[in-house]
Amino acid sequence: MADKKQDVPTIIRKHKSLKKNLVAILLDIQAQHNYLSPESLRVVADALRMPLIDVLGVATFYRAFSLTPRGEHTCLVCMGTACHVRGGPKILEEFERRLEIEPGQTTKDGQVTLETVACLGCCAIGPVVVVDGEYHGHATIRRVGKILEKYYKPSPSDSPAS
Amino acid sequence: MITFRMNNLTVQAEPGSTILETARFYGLKIPTLCFHEGLTSWGGCRLCVVEIGEGTRAKLVSSCTYPVEEGLVVRTDTKRVWAARRMMIELMLAMAPGSKVLQDLASEFGVTRVRFKPKNEECILCGLCVRMCAEQMDAKAIGFQNRGHQRKIATPFNIKNPECRLCGGCIYICPACQLRCQGPQAETTLCNACLTMAPTCLDHYDDLQCWMYDNGQCGTCVREKSAAGKIAETTAASHHEPKVR
Ligand code: SF4
Ligand code: SF4
Ligand code: FES
Ligand code: FES
Repeated sequence: MADKKQDVPTIIRKHKSLKKNLVAILLDIQAQHNYLSPESLRVVADALRMPLIDVLGVATFYRAFSLTPRGEHTCLVCMGTACHVRGGPKILEEFERRLEIEPGQTTKDGQVTLETVACLGCCAIGPVVVVDGEYHGHATIRRVGKILEKYYKPSPSDSPAS
Repeated sequence: MITFRMNNLTVQAEPGSTILETARFYGLKIPTLCFHEGLTSWGGCRLCVVEIGEGTRAKLVSSCTYPVEEGLVVRTDTKRVWAARRMMIELMLAMAPGSKVLQDLASEFGVTRVRFKPKNEECILCGLCVRMCAEQMDAKAIGFQNRGHQRKIATPFNIKNPECRLCGGCIYICPACQLRCQGPQAETTLCNACLTMAPTCLDHYDDLQCWMYDNGQCGTCVREKSAAGKIAETTAASHHEPKVR
């Protein structure tokens, strides 16, 4: 996948350079390039003849877009009401401690991006953690390590405190 | 012409005009904040709410965006309307206590408490600057970014935007950029000085001495109103007796 990146003009052409396809264009760029770089946003704005600020308004509005490069894996911790009362914040803290980053940041080795989300619609199995689209229900502090292990192999030199 | 009722008056308006425009045409006062004659209505601040409909079906709508309809029944100042406006003022004041426009509104509508934690944001997200920049200056240099509690006004990537004409239009129109008067209560969340302060010159003269013709609203030469707030009587009395005790 990663070797065959479509460049931004190709993506825009694929969507016929239409303003109404802005979200679709940005989604494709996000998927192919892992983030929306300032340059690509400028190219989009020019091609669609939109003010740059309006493109940014959309790009910063949706959580699906990221203006900084995302890690290989995305780890979402639910902070919705139901997950919150069942200990979501504690679980987030554990992720923060282990990955040594705050929500919205990516680990130094570019592997994991930690993010919060407000309700995933499956409150019954809260607290919920989603890694790369895979749901982990009834999360506990103790299971955080296990969940991470599945995706994340920290290099031995800078292994996070455990 | 569309005919409808407003505050028990029969009024007429052009199709497509708003309740607010009609009210202003007839001299009825509706407060506004995010509305400006030269810009499109946006309906963001909800200060201009009025009650339409009757009985249990009555509801609040923002008059700056609501187009007039045949047979509409509008009431501009009901209990519900005032409660809603007071709440909006209270909320916005907690966002930006430094704004003169908001402090003045608080005094005008008798908002005497703020139950929310003051944020000192210096922006209430009224969107006036964005519309000013886009519609009057044709620059589109600034806009809304993010959403929810992170929503803010910014330039792309928070750096100087070459599109900006440096006209200052955004600052000119911003209600939060008009700093509140620096009177005796300048540091509080709620000033209310217009309610509680009286000009000092009336202690000594019959006429207001303010060279700005401003009733002491700048807050410079004022003192707290006497208990009952009746400055007329106290000044009349102090006119004849020396005030030293
Ligand atoms: S100063 Fe710049 S940002 Fe402000 S209204 Fe003028 S062009 Fe727009
Ligand atoms: S900066 Fe001022 S004009 Fe712009 S949205 Fe905020 S309060 Fe309104
Ligand atoms: S609150 Fe977490 S899934 Fe609903
Ligand atoms: S003036 Fe109508 S909503 Fe702000």
